[in-house]
Amino acid sequence: MTQTESTVVVRVGGEGGEGTITIGDIFSRIAARAGLEVYSFRTYPSEIKGGQVLYQARIGTQRVMSEGDEADVLVAMNQQAWTECNDHLCSMSTLIYDTNAVEVPESYGGVTYPIPATEIATDLDWARGKNFVLLGALTCLFNFDWEMTKAVVERRMQRHKDTLTKNLAALRKGYEYIQEHYTAPFDHALPLPDPDTIEERILITGAEAMAMGALAAGCQFYSGYPITPATPIMETLAKYLPSFGGTLVQAEDEIASINMIIGAAFAGKKAMTATSGPGFSLMIEALGLAGITEVPIVLVNVQRAGPSTGLPTKTSQGDLFLTLYGGHGDAPRFVIAPDSVKDCYYSMINAFSLAEYFQTPVIVLSDQAMASRLETMPWDTKLWNPVLERRLPTEEELAEDYRRYKDTEDGISSMALPGMSGGIYLAESLEHNEYGYPDQDPANHEKMMKKRAKKTETARKLLKDWASTARRWGEEDAAFGIIGWGSTRGAVREAMDLLQKRGIKVEAIYPHTLLPMPDEAMLSFFKHKKAVLVPELNFSSQLARMVEHRYYKALYKLNIQFHTLAKEQGVPFKVQEICDAVVKMIAEEEGC
Amino acid sequence: MGQLKAKDYKSGVKPIWCPGCGDYAVLNALTKAFAGLEIPHEEIVVASGIGCSSRFPAFIKTYGFHGVHGRPLPLATGIKLGNPDLTVVAVGGDGDGFSIGGGHMPHAARRNIDITYIVMDNSIYGMTKGQPSPTSPTGMHRKAAPYGTQETPLNPIMMALSYNASFVARCFSNKLKEMTDIIMQAIQHPGFAFIQVLSPCITFNDTYAHYREITQLIPEDHDTSDLAAALQLALVTDTQYLGVFYHDKERLGYCERVRMVQEAAPKMSLDAIIENYKR
Ligand SMILES: Cc1ncc(C[n+]2csc(CCOP(=O)(O)OP(=O)(O)O)c2C)c(N)n1
Ligand code: SF4
Ligand SMILES: [Mg+2]
Repeated sequence: MTQTESTVVVRVGGEGGEGTITIGDIFSRIAARAGLEVYSFRTYPSEIKGGQVLYQARIGTQRVMSEGDEADVLVAMNQQAWTECNDHLCSMSTLIYDTNAVEVPESYGGVTYPIPATEIATDLDWARGKNFVLLGALTCLFNFDWEMTKAVVERRMQRHKDTLTKNLAALRKGYEYIQEHYTAPFDHALPLPDPDTIEERILITGAEAMAMGALAAGCQFYSGYPITPATPIMETLAKYLPSFGGTLVQAEDEIASINMIIGAAFAGKKAMTATSGPGFSLMIEALGLAGITEVPIVLVNVQRAGPSTGLPTKTSQGDLFLTLYGGHGDAPRFVIAPDSVKDCYYSMINAFSLAEYFQTPVIVLSDQAMASRLETMPWDTKLWNPVLERRLPTEEELAEDYRRYKDTEDGISSMALPGMSGGIYLAESLEHNEYGYPDQDPANHEKMMKKRAKKTETARKLLKDWASTARRWGEEDAAFGIIGWGSTRGAVREAMDLLQKRGIKVEAIYPHTLLPMPDEAMLSFFKHKKAVLVPELNFSSQLARMVEHRYYKALYKLNIQFHTLAKEQGVPFKVQEICDAVVKMIAEEEGC
Repeated sequence: MGQLKAKDYKSGVKPIWCPGCGDYAVLNALTKAFAGLEIPHEEIVVASGIGCSSRFPAFIKTYGFHGVHGRPLPLATGIKLGNPDLTVVAVGGDGDGFSIGGGHMPHAARRNIDITYIVMDNSIYGMTKGQPSPTSPTGMHRKAAPYGTQETPLNPIMMALSYNASFVARCFSNKLKEMTDIIMQAIQHPGFAFIQVLSPCITFNDTYAHYREITQLIPEDHDTSDLAAALQLALVTDTQYLGVFYHDKERLGYCERVRMVQEAAPKMSLDAIIENYKR
């Protein structure tokens, strides 16, 4: 058991289309409303109906960092939910199941709550409502207040008015069933905070947090093409952008999406798109266009698993190389990797700051798990870093011999906007001179390549003073380290807590800007290390390869060994996997 | 500001085009149209793709964007939506617009985005030195088609009409005055205006004589609001009609629709939105 006592992992399994995700999602919201912290995980097949789906909600009385390895409570809507999950259950686990759909062998030693959910729902003439019967039972077991439970369901299901009454009846029946049949306290019930003292927090998915971050940053234009798991970003902005005077276009494809945002940004707007691997691959040519014409754009890549269409609804970190290096001719870009839902919000603000200030495309890397999960986060509008804006030409600059691509010390030149008199220039995809006109001269080409590259070095210096360009946890003098990126942070931090309890000291670092890399923080991290583990959700250990390559001199000098833990299964790390890999690394290094 | 002349809109950069290339006429017509409409230089953006014809923005004294191959329409759409006060013209070639970028025109038409799109159609890939293009005739022999092309050519006017573009016209580089007049109408049209210019590539596909022979002005009694009549004219290919085939003056432009959505949207602050996410 890796769960701490203050958290409970509830897993709901069932057939896709049966409302499994719906009740998992509503349960998370009820728990949050009751004042608990929430962290959810969902996995589903790419078909709309059919196929096994799973929703895992981990709830707790303190901040929850990962979805948890094993279920404390399993709600089984069908037989497969039981057969698939029973080896993840331990003797302490509790099973809540629909007796009309699941047969549990008598040999099962855990606590069971058999509930004739289908029968109860059918008696109400609403067989489809069996999921709500189970939800009612579950919320009752956790002592969640009925009125509050009902209020959350009403709010979440308000768009399905025709079925709301029936679902509420099913919910009530499930709630009462527990009250009538089970009076003993539920093993996993958590102490609930006093409603008056609950700290103000929001419950939001990673995708929604990114959309909010974009609005906070002043994004005014979005163009995108639907793709799982990035679509919710577009759908959230579609709803709100017009209220901010912004425009959202559903483009005909991803090539159009990126070219449109380049156009809008050229015309003066803060502009973005969001996509996943297949769409990002299509955008690569125009990413270079934004690089050479120095147009600020923000792209979100919500990674999904596998090459080509791969596993559209599963998580991965397999696009790091594509994001860092994809494209011809050394096109400049920045890459940011948030590591929590809260971070998704702030990363978007930072991304727009960097894009606008440096007139360079910025890519924010998220993934399916982080985009689709719900997390509670404190709502605080205080920004982590200053908001930076585009450098516009001064009147003097416009009055005489304006040079759009002037080779300056920091690489940043002022950007005139169409409509400004005196600022006329050509945004040119061919190599160009300082005015923007095509110029093939070898010396000019080299000069302009350097000019654009200089911005990365300027950014590296500026980012040194920024909060969260690299996060470190644990003790600095630890001989063993973990280097990770993105959404694996929760599992890693929990693993570190467990290891610490066993007396094993490790330090972890999570660079948040992967381009430019926070060199200073990385080199300081390496100082006391003997070996480091690099856990990643991809096949070829992309971060490990990149870090080894970038810091090979320091690593060689300090004689630091690299251990990789590459997992490409479409699902996140378990805490135990990280613990085991750290223990194995230490054993190998210490030669025992 | 005195009377603006076409030459005031030329950048002074010498075009890379071969002497006699049909694209010179388009440059002259467009600059004349800008001068005629007295649009301030800085309020114009000319966006293009890649090809000989797409080198256009460098030769003109307005804001310009020379993008990537096939994408002038999404680029220009973004520019116009980014600042609806601008006059935005997208230009490119037949390969750029009907081959690699062929997927964008139906959507520009469907949105009725307020831009003018001029395709300099020479029925050849000029820049890459003479490969057949989507409008090349069947049986055309070139290095890349040593046994003659096997495809039938696209009919760009038919395409634009079937996409229901709200302004559809054809011009010929040899008829500068008519072209200037049509470009002026197109720029003033609040919606998507498509112009196919028969613009011969003197080096790889010299069609001047051929077009002089087979082009003819659209009969004066043609009703430009009649889509079926426009399609009838477009179907004729032995004669290539010149002029405005179709002009829908009723349809709202995309910028107007976007503005209406923005106006109708409830005014909200980020804090108000966040309220929805409070537990
Ligand atoms: C993605 C991509 N593929 C291929 C090319 C090479 N290319 C440059 S111009 C061109 C064809 C241009 O033909 P057209 O659009 O008809 O313009 P023209 O030169 O005839 O005016 C091609 C294939 C390119 N620049 N980019
Ligand atoms: S190659 Fe053809 S299209 Fe290109 S500039 Fe010369 S004449 Fe014009
Ligand atoms: Mg051509």
